[in-house]
Parts: sequence; C-alpha cells; structure tokens
Amino acid sequence: MLAPALVLLLVFTIYPMFAAGYMSLFQINMATRQQMVWAGFANYQQLFASPLFRQVMKNTFVFAFGTVPFSIGLAMYLAVQLNRRFRGSALFRTIFFYPTVIPMMSAATIWLFMYTPQYGVVNRLLVLFGFGELNLLGNSATALPAIMLMTVWKDAGYFMLFYLAGLQNLPAELYEAAELDGASPWAQFRRLTLPLLMPTTLFVTTVSLINSFKTVDQLFLMTAGGPNNATNLLLYHLYEQAFSFYDRGVAAALTVILVVILMILAIIQNQWVDKRIHYN
Amino acid sequence: MARRNSISFAALLILTLLGAAWVIPLLWTFATAFRPANQSVAVGALISTDWTLENFARAWSYAPFGQYYLNTTILVVGILAMQLVTTTLAAFVFARMEFPGRNLIFLLFLLQLMVPAEALAVPNYITMRKLGLIDTHLAMMLPYVASAFGTFLLRQTFRQVPRELEEAAVIDGCGPLQTLWHVFIPLARPTLVAYGLVSVSYHWNNFFWPMVVTNTPENRPLTVGLALFAKAVEGGSDWALVTAGTVIVILPLLVLFLVFQRQFISSFMHSGIK
Amino acid sequence: MLLAVLLLMLAGCGGRSTSPGSQSGGQNSSVEISFYYPVAVGGPLTKLIEDMAAQFTKENPDIVVKPVFSGNYADTLTKVQTLIQGGQTPDVAVLLSTDVYTLVDSDAIIPLTDLINADPDGTSYIADFFPAFMANSRIGDTVYGIPFQRSMIVMYYNKELLSQAGFSEPPRNWDELVAAGKAITKPDAGIWGIKIPSDGYPYWMAQVFAIQSGRNLMNDDGTEVYFNSPENLQGVSFMRDLIFTHKVMPEGVISWASTPTDFISGKVGMIYHSSGSLTNITNSANFPFGVAFLPAGPKGYGAPTGGGNFYIFKGIGEAKQQAAWKFIRFMTEPERLAQWSLDTGYVAPRQASWDTQLMKDAVAKDPNYGVARDQLQYARAELSVHNNPQVYKIYNDQIQAIVNGQKGVPEALEEAQRQAEAVLAPFGR
Repeated sequence: MLAPALVLLLVFTIYPMFAAGYMSLFQINMATRQQMVWAGFANYQQLFASPLFRQVMKNTFVFAFGTVPFSIGLAMYLAVQLNRRFRGSALFRTIFFYPTVIPMMSAATIWLFMYTPQYGVVNRLLVLFGFGELNLLGNSATALPAIMLMTVWKDAGYFMLFYLAGLQNLPAELYEAAELDGASPWAQFRRLTLPLLMPTTLFVTTVSLINSFKTVDQLFLMTAGGPNNATNLLLYHLYEQAFSFYDRGVAAALTVILVVILMILAIIQNQWVDKRIHYN
Repeated sequence: MARRNSISFAALLILTLLGAAWVIPLLWTFATAFRPANQSVAVGALISTDWTLENFARAWSYAPFGQYYLNTTILVVGILAMQLVTTTLAAFVFARMEFPGRNLIFLLFLLQLMVPAEALAVPNYITMRKLGLIDTHLAMMLPYVASAFGTFLLRQTFRQVPRELEEAAVIDGCGPLQTLWHVFIPLARPTLVAYGLVSVSYHWNNFFWPMVVTNTPENRPLTVGLALFAKAVEGGSDWALVTAGTVIVILPLLVLFLVFQRQFISSFMHSGIK
Repeated sequence: MLLAVLLLMLAGCGGRSTSPGSQSGGQNSSVEISFYYPVAVGGPLTKLIEDMAAQFTKENPDIVVKPVFSGNYADTLTKVQTLIQGGQTPDVAVLLSTDVYTLVDSDAIIPLTDLINADPDGTSYIADFFPAFMANSRIGDTVYGIPFQRSMIVMYYNKELLSQAGFSEPPRNWDELVAAGKAITKPDAGIWGIKIPSDGYPYWMAQVFAIQSGRNLMNDDGTEVYFNSPENLQGVSFMRDLIFTHKVMPEGVISWASTPTDFISGKVGMIYHSSGSLTNITNSANFPFGVAFLPAGPKGYGAPTGGGNFYIFKGIGEAKQQAAWKFIRFMTEPERLAQWSLDTGYVAPRQASWDTQLMKDAVAKDPNYGVARDQLQYARAELSVHNNPQVYKIYNDQIQAIVNGQKGVPEALEEAQRQAEAVLAPFGR
C-alpha cells in the first residue's frame, strides 16, 4: 500500500540526491563536449575558488537572513494586531494575505512595473520624498534589497496566518492574570506571547528559510541575476550553469551543496525544537 | 487569546499605511491594464477615467492564455488526484501499521520535506529525459506526487480516528483498503479539503520546475506563459500589455479567493498546525 | 476504484505535444517540422510568424510547419539545447547569428553547403545577402546560418528636444554627441541626453565603441577576444564618461526594455537601440523623431550587426532537412523579408528586398527605414566566439560593473579578458 508513494519518493527525491552526488564528480560540459570525464572533487574546487560562486553564496545568505526576520517580525506584528478582532480587521487580513494566492511570477511582473525608473510607483514615491531618480533594479547596491522587499511583500501574509492560528490557541487565562498584575501590553507580548508562539515561530522560520533557498522565479523575470550578479542566488546560479552554460558537472555539485545546506538547516531546526519547545 | 476588540490609534495608522503598501501595487497594475496604451505611464494614470479593454484583447492574441489555463488546470487536477491516492495510502500505513523498517522509510519521507523538488531540478530533469517525458504534463507532476507534507498531515488526522470505529469495520469484514475507504477517509474530509486547497494553490502558482521541463505552449502552464510573455513584450516595454497579461492570469485567482476567503484561510491555517 | 481513476488520469495526462523530433504518424506523404523562434522586439510577432507558417503550408501542402514561440534569444537557445539533450531535436530554429559556434561545438546543426549547392540559384541566393550579415553566418567558408531577422544598433533622436537645445542636426561624432547630450540633459525635469541600455545585451552596445575605436572584440575563428585592447579601452572609457564625466546618461544599469518607452515619453533625447524597435517607436511616438548613424568615433562610423539566423538541425533525417530548407527559402524570399522588415523594423538582410517596390515605397515615405541599411557598410560582425554564453556573461558582468561605478574601465576590461581567456582556453588552436 505504501508502494506508490514510496516508489515515487525514491525515484524523484532520494535517487536524484545520489545521482547529483555521483555526477558532481565528473566533468560534463556540453560547451566543451566533455561527456563524462572523471574529475574527483575538481568541480567543487572550481566552485569554491570562483569569485562568482562566493558572491552567489553571499547573496543567498544575505537574502535568506535578511528576508526571514523581516517577514516573520512583520507577520507576528500583523497577527497580534489583527487578532484583536477590531472592526475592519477582517479586511486587513484579506489585504495582507492576498499576495499568497497569486503566483510569484505575477508578483514579479507587478513589481517590475513598480520599480521601473521614472514611472514606477516606487520611483515616483522616492522622487516625492526627495530621493531623486533611482534605478533600483539597475543598481548593484539596491537590486538585492529591492528583490528582498517584494519577497517580504509576497510572503508576510502567509506567515501572518500561521501566527493568527497560533494566537488563537493561547490560553486566555494567562493574559487575564497578567492584566490583573498590571502588566503593560508590551510586557505581555514579551513575556507571554513571544515565548508561547515559539513553536509557530520555529515552524515559520524553517519554511521561510527553505523558501528563500528556493528563490528563483522573480530573478528569472526581474534581474536575470544581475546587475553584475548582485541578485544571483544559489538556485538561479544552478539553473544558469545547467541550462545556459551546459556545465552539468558543476550544476550537480551545486545541487549537492544546496541539498547539504537544506539538510543542515533542517537538522538545526530539529535540535532547536527539542531544546526550546519543551515549555510549561 | 484576543481580549480587546479595539486597537490603539497608532497601531491603526501603521496598519493602514502597511495596508496601502500592500494594495497599491495591485491597484496600479489593474489601473494600467485598463488604460489606453499611450496613457500607461502618464502621471494621471491612476485617476484618469479613460478605460479600455483593448490591452486585454491584444494580450490574448499575443499568447495562448486559453491554452495556458487549460494546461494549468490539467496540471493541478492531475497532481491533486495522484497525491490523494498516494498520501492517503501512505498516511494510513504510517498511522496504523507496523512493519520492519518503518522508521527508516518514515525518515525518507522526512527527507522530502527538507529537500524541495526545485533543488533537485537537474537530476530530475535528466531522469525525465531518460524516461522520454520531457515536455509532458506527467513530467511536471511526478516529482510532486509523493507529497511528504500531505502524508504527514493525513497521518496526524488518521491517528485521531477512534479505534472503535476501526475495529467495528474490521468486524464487519473490511480489509485495510476498505477500512481506509469507508472509515478513515470520510472522517478526514476537512483535512483532505484543506490539503486540496493548499495543493491546488501551490501548484497553480508553481513556476520553476514546469519551466525547466516544458518546451511548447501545448504543455506550458500559466506561470511560465506569463514569464515568457512578459519577457517578449519587454522588447518594447509595453506596460499596458504586461499588466493586462498579469491581470488575465491573476483575476480568477483573486475572485475565487475573495469569494471563498474563509475556506482559503482556514485551509492554510489548518495545514500549518503541526 | 481509485487506482482505476489514477490509471485513466495517467493516460489522459500523457498530454505530450506532438513529439517534434519524430515523424508525424498521420499522413504518409506529409512531413511535419518544428520551428522554434524567439521574439526580442515589441509587436505582434507571434501572430505574424504563425501566419507566414500557415501560408507556407498552404503553398506546400505536404509540409506542415509547427511554429513554437520560446521566449527571447537566450531562452530559445536554452530550450533548443534542452530539446537536443532530451532526444527531441527540433528541425529548424531562429537563433542569434552569434550562437553559431556554440551550436557547432555541441554538434547540433548542419552546414548548409550541400543544400545551397543543390539549388540552381544557390550561389546567387547567398551572394544576395549583405556581407556584414553573412560574417556571423559562416565559420571559415562554410555557411551555417541564413540571415532572417537581422538588426543593427542605430540612434533614435527626438527632433523636438534637439532643436529646443539648439541643434538642427543629429550629432555625427562623439564630440557632438556629448555637446548635444549636455544641452538636452535637465536633471530636474528628469530628462536625459542619452540612454544606452546595459541589460539584456550589454556587450552589444559596448561593442559599438570598440568598433568605432578601430578594433573589433574577437578574431574570425572565435578563439580569441580583445577586451583589453587599447582601442576597446578608449571606446568603453568614452561610454563610461558619458555617465560619470559628462553626466548625460544615468548611472546604473539601463533597462533594454524601458529605453524605447523613455524615448517615446520624451524623457530622453537620444537612444542607442536596435533597428528592430523602429516600428514600435514609429507607431507610438507623437513627436517628430529621426534615425541616424551612431555618432562616429576616432576611427569613423561603426556598429555591430545583430539578430537571428535560421539554422537546420542535425539528425532529423533527409526529408525533414529538405523540408526545412524549403521553408527557409520561402521565409527569405525578397518580398517576404521586405514585409517582415516593415512589420517589425528588422533590417531586410538581402539586397533584393530593398529593390522591391514595397520597400522602395516604404523608404520613400519614411526615410528612417533606410538608415540601418545605409549604415551596413560600416557594420562589423557581432561578438561571437566559442562558449559564447559564458563569454557574454563575463563581459556583460563587467560592463554592468562599469556603469554602476563599481569598477574602473581598465580594471574591468582586464578582468573580462582574464576570465574569457580561461573559458576559451580549450578551444585555442
């Protein structure tokens, strides 16, 4: 009975990991017509020595550790506020959540438009506030933050929902007791809400980190990894190596690196769960 | 849980500003899509009252959006149908059966949660090539069918099925499959619906793997079609067209979302509970 | 039960498009060929291509052409290579003329010599194509591609903005370009003198300045590049000076796509862009504008060619190769190329097209259409070498670094040269 799921799992999840590992030990490059030349760890050495790879890794980590806290912080703030069920909170919930139901690719077209120099909304606002003409996607310093901003826009509502769910499960008595003790809202948040929401936070952090390593849709459309690789993230770099430069060996090595990173993240998350979740 | 039914003015102000930031991109996109093309980038675009449907007509003629819609529909329905089969079977096994190696296999499923299909695009692409499945619907679907996420979700739900019901079914002569069909699945309906909504939503919006594995409009889903459309149109940067194409792609989604809001939201929340 | 449903779904979901690489099983006598093509300029090009393909099948009922739009040039190349690796070789495609080395290196395309010689008018057919366009269509003496949608970089200029700034004629050389640019640029009003795009195809634009400084960027074999030559240094420095010294061009990467739009909305006085954007600009600009030669550098006028050629793929069988050749001949008939050129703004690549009444009338009505053809005499081959995509990326990255102010020109060009040489090393003879 397990067979269908198991077979598919083996073929499309387990086997590919090993296949990538195997392939990464060869030089397979269509541009230079190398079919399967044994290379040992040469692909990895090439990667680690490559300034481009180092930049890609730096970009990816900046992106991941930049967007995750922001998305989560924002999501938590929104959830806490919207949980108060004031008049109109349902409308706000819809507003913040709707980006989740549209494809990232359409968010990309929307924001490409928003970031267009001179008539994009963002740029007009910047001019209004005295920042002058800025070419956000065309400037190496601002391109990655611009992508990070639209990613937070897309994802925060999704995480907000998980926090809303988490908040609904919090025991009211604790808060009532805190009120009686004269605790301020901020103190209540810090001492009660935050720790009680830890399981949700952990879950959301994991999902968010994994998502950030999967980021590629908006890069494909908005920047093609540029300018000058400022927005070149790991999965996009992998795609370029495999399908634009036909260097299968290096692409396989990148796959292995990506898988290892994801597994490390998962293991860390697991350890944290064990340590931090046990809570009274 | 929530105590007050009101929030501070400061908080309301912040929420309003944020809300505006969230909604303006959408509004601007819609506004531009409905404006005549030569007004798309004019300053007054948002408030002008000129409107037209010609951008949509043009966009529709430039790219086979109808075909893309069909492909995406086939894709999400196909994936969901197969997922339902594999995940209910697997969840049942994990919830109720004991056998040697069970923990090991469970671990394998766990691996899939950590390593998404996108990361394995290159080896999976080669596999598809060897199977002769490049540029088929099947190729877009297969890596996602054995959904560990769905399996775990259902397993949790199945574990909560009271033993008595199960035993009653066995007494009535039901084998495992029949028990699954008659007892477990009906009880798990809310979870299945929630999962279905999440799955459809995810795969409707999926881009990378379908892009890697399809070549022709016959199989291209909406997301890939929109990307290629936007890139091609960029040759002249015709924002009226690009926004029209975007609206064509997202309008049904937004409408469905607005109508079925509660179901959407509760499905997503439900699926997150671990 | 569920399993039965599953099987049914699987059967239905096979949904595979007619496998392009295999013979169509249906009619015995008809051949089906798949035709992959990109769209890189604005306009309803997919419809035009499909109409032309349908017309061809009408005239040749035993050959069915299946056109497949596959994105821009880079996407189409990726798709084509992917197909080949997947064992579903396409039959005919339009790809960049500069992709020829990459295609030959991966053993993807056939030389067209035999097909040309088999035609009674083969030699005169090839001779009718402008030499500048054939330069990127050959390796050595062997023809691999047939020019179809070829282009050049030209300068579009806003006559109103120029005359307001006191210029009745467009600039003819670098000094005049700077002068005109300075007169037009009004930072407060958001108006720039010049915009030269630096995304999409930055190497192409930068190549203008290399050619105008006297040395092209590569050798004829595609095995060497000359990014750090003194000529290129001079050329790229001028481009950089436009941004940082004369301040007539904005900093940062300028989007290929929004450059024509900026021009149309009167935000920039002069732009360097593909001749292929002419139709779009003509239809959208509501002010008088002109097209001119790119202002001359120290060694005169010059521009790289661009655009796409037809290629026929290997391993598709005799019948399909013949069919594909017939299709190519059809698509490159003088009248058809002329019409295609007028519909899109691409430069008709053969002399005979310019002699058609259609073209003569068009040029008489709007001289802008003739400018690219006139500039052809100064045109040189577009950057094209082995391992092209990698080399493009290397050079593109450095150009973007320069316009972003991240690197100085000598440093960037040395880096580009170094990286390119490493990547070209396996091909050196």
